[in-house]
Order: sequence, then structure tokens, then C-alpha cells
Amino acid sequence: MSTRITRRRLITTAVTAAAGVSGVGVVASIANRYGLIPPDHQGLYGVGETLTYAAQRVLTSGHSLAREFDRSQISSAPPVNGEAPEKASYQRQLAGGFSEWRLPIDGLVARPASLSLADLRALPSRSQITLQACEEGWSFIAEWTGAQLSSVLELVGPAPHARYVFFFCYDDWFESIDMADAVHPQTLIAYGMNGQNLPPNHGAPARLKLPRQLGYKNVKYLSRITVTDSVADVGEGLGGGAPEAGYSWYAGI
Amino acid sequence: MRHSLLVRITHWLTALSVAGLLVSGVAILIAHPRLYWGETGSLETTSLIDLPLTLTLGHSGWGRYLHFLSAWLCVLTGLIYVLSGLVTKHFRRDLLPARSPLAGPLLSSPADSYNVVQRVTYLCVVFLLFPFIVVTGLAMSPAVTSVTPWLATMFGGHQSARTIHFFAASAVTLFVIGHVTMVAAAGFAVRVMAMITGGRAAAQEHV
Repeated sequence: MSTRITRRRLITTAVTAAAGVSGVGVVASIANRYGLIPPDHQGLYGVGETLTYAAQRVLTSGHSLAREFDRSQISSAPPVNGEAPEKASYQRQLAGGFSEWRLPIDGLVARPASLSLADLRALPSRSQITLQACEEGWSFIAEWTGAQLSSVLELVGPAPHARYVFFFCYDDWFESIDMADAVHPQTLIAYGMNGQNLPPNHGAPARLKLPRQLGYKNVKYLSRITVTDSVADVGEGLGGGAPEAGYSWYAGI
Repeated sequence: MRHSLLVRITHWLTALSVAGLLVSGVAILIAHPRLYWGETGSLETTSLIDLPLTLTLGHSGWGRYLHFLSAWLCVLTGLIYVLSGLVTKHFRRDLLPARSPLAGPLLSSPADSYNVVQRVTYLCVVFLLFPFIVVTGLAMSPAVTSVTPWLATMFGGHQSARTIHFFAASAVTLFVIGHVTMVAAAGFAVRVMAMITGGRAAAQEHV
């Protein structure tokens, strides 16, 4: 076999490489337009994350519902992962039965609002018995009651170019989800668990329930919701505390 | 044994992905080295098996990133291997045992072919074990099971799928150990070179 590099072969190789690179560019731009690129898409791990997120977004594009269970399957001893925040601002609210608690919803919205627990309870409620799986490996089933996030968003009117909903918490944690999950019927601002008020260790007064993703995306002790069109200006620009701590932003698997 | 270029490339990509999957699988497992049956299980419930591993938190972040990156590499490589193997009749020619098993060598290992035990093992790993481990993995995904709930229920639930996934991974580990041991017994350097260069050296050695 000749190893001589002919001009023709050099040109063919260069054209093929250019077509390959621009092809990847075109695919990336289309994928981004359809919301198939996660915020933590950088680096080698980002390749796997992007494939997983894009594949699962396409697979679940029909608003598929997470599995729901029978009341008899509810776990008798739901595990507690992390205690309620010690900080004074939270403890004061807890002592006052969260009567002064308000949940501001701001950002790219037409009508910013600040909801009390009574306001949330006045919205149409949904109860669902779902499995919460932790990335560590354990899981439990509980009944969650709350307002659909889609109803909350309808109140405030997100801008047409809104792409993410950020959740800020009393334990200084924050996470974000995309609009596909935000308007999903099972995505709740939950204030009840197993027929009771949400216990402090499970996120009182209200937490996010997102049963198509793992436990760590279901953040507790909500203090604020912000609608954005980008993750760039929040924290390190990765879309949440989990990716900043080395965990994937999207947790559908 | 002469290996085609495609077999050689997909072999080493699979080896790389399996190494990534096993290392990251252990990293994820040590965050909660207890196995359960059914849908639920936690430190609050009784376990099926307590693995003799120390509970070590803090590795499942990179563990999960590496696990799914390696899983994609494994699945995409596997698809290329299987499709090309069907097109080139690699499976029929090199791996499917002869109609009468006694016609071919059962355990002796001819230099230019596989014996029946090797053929059956490779076919089982490619067409049964790998698809099975992928499916038990996907059965743990809350987003995937929102589309295919039967995937979780047919294994007995989320935790059952996790337990079965662990045993399937153990079977892969046993296969890797057996495979490397057999290669070593048959002449490690020669066989590894055959899988790198395509087997010219091996053909000469075995004359």
C-alpha cells in the first residue's frame, strides 16, 4: 500500500473533516433550539450527559407520566435525608407555622407574584403516590399533595422565550429545571405528604416534586422561584447546586 | 484467529467501556451497598443482601457521569458490532456452533477458530447478557419508566431491577476474568497482539 499523500487525498480528507465539523455544528445548533443540550454539556462527561438528556427528552416528549402507586404501597418509614435548616430565618418561619412565609415568583414573567401557603392551597390541588429514588440507591413511596407548577406559572405568565425555572431554598441550595418539566402535570409545589402538612425534615413548608427525576432534584424548603432564559447568570452558570457539586443537572436516570 | 478491523476496534472500545462501567458501578454502589427486592428499600427497611462493603459517600457524582458516558459508548459500539456482524456474517461464520456440536471441537482451541464453549459463551454475552444489563439499568430510570412502566414492573420493581442489575454486572465481571484467564492460558501476548494487529503474528506462532 502506498503511503504517499497525494494532493487529491489531502483535499478529500480536508473537505470531509470540514463537513464533519460543520455537521456537528449544525446538529448542535438544532439540538439547542429544541432544548436537547443540558447546562452541564462541557467536557467528556458532557457528551454522555447530552446524549442522555436529548434521548430522554425525545422519549418523554409526550408528557409521559411517572409511575403512580397504590395507597397500600406507601412506605411506612420514609427516610429523612438531611435535617431542616438551622438558620434563624427558617426557624422563625417554622415556629410561626409559616404564616409569614411567602414564595416570590419573579424573573421573566409578566406578573411577578408572592404567594402565601393559603394562596398555594387555593390553587387546584393534585395528589400523587410516587416513588422517590435517590442517586445513592435507596427509594421510598409517598403521597404528595400540592399545586401544579404549571398553575403557578399561569398566574405569573412566563415570557415566551423562558427556558428554565430556578428554585431557591432556605438551606441555600438551588436547582433549575427546563420548561418541559416545569409544565409537566406531575410537577408540584408540594405542601402535603401522606395526608399531613409537609414535615420540616421533608421540606416544609413547600418543596418541588418532580417524579420523573431523582430525589436530589426534588428540592426542599422553597424560598423563591425565578424564571430565566439562561443558566449563565445564576451561581457558576451550571444550572444548580448539584452540577456545581459534581452531580449531573438532569437526573432522569 | 484473524480478527477483522471492525472486530478489533469494537473489541477495544467495548473493553474500555466495560472498564468504565465496572469502576463507576462500584463508585455508585458504595454509596448504598445494600440490595432490596420490590419497589422500595432504605436504611429504614430490611435488606435482601448487605454487601460487605463500607458505605462511602461522595463518589456517585463522577461515578454516575462516568457510568452513563461508558454506557453510551458500550451501547453504540455494541450496535455497530452487532449490525456489522450480521451484515458480514461474522456471527454465522465464526460464532454460531456447527449444526452438530460434535462436528466441531468442544474444548480444544484451534488457532484459526473458536471451540463450541467459546462460541456459546460469546453469543450469550453479546445477545443475552449485554441487552439484559442495559434493560435492567433503564428499568431504574424514572423518566424511562414513565414511558415504559412495564420495564420496572416486569423485574418486580425499582429495587429488584437494581439488585438484578448488580448480579448481571457480577456475571460480566466473571466473564471478563474468565476471558482474560483463557487468553493468558492460550498465550497472552500472541492473543492480545492478534486483537490489535489482526492476527498475522498469531497465525505464524501457531503453525
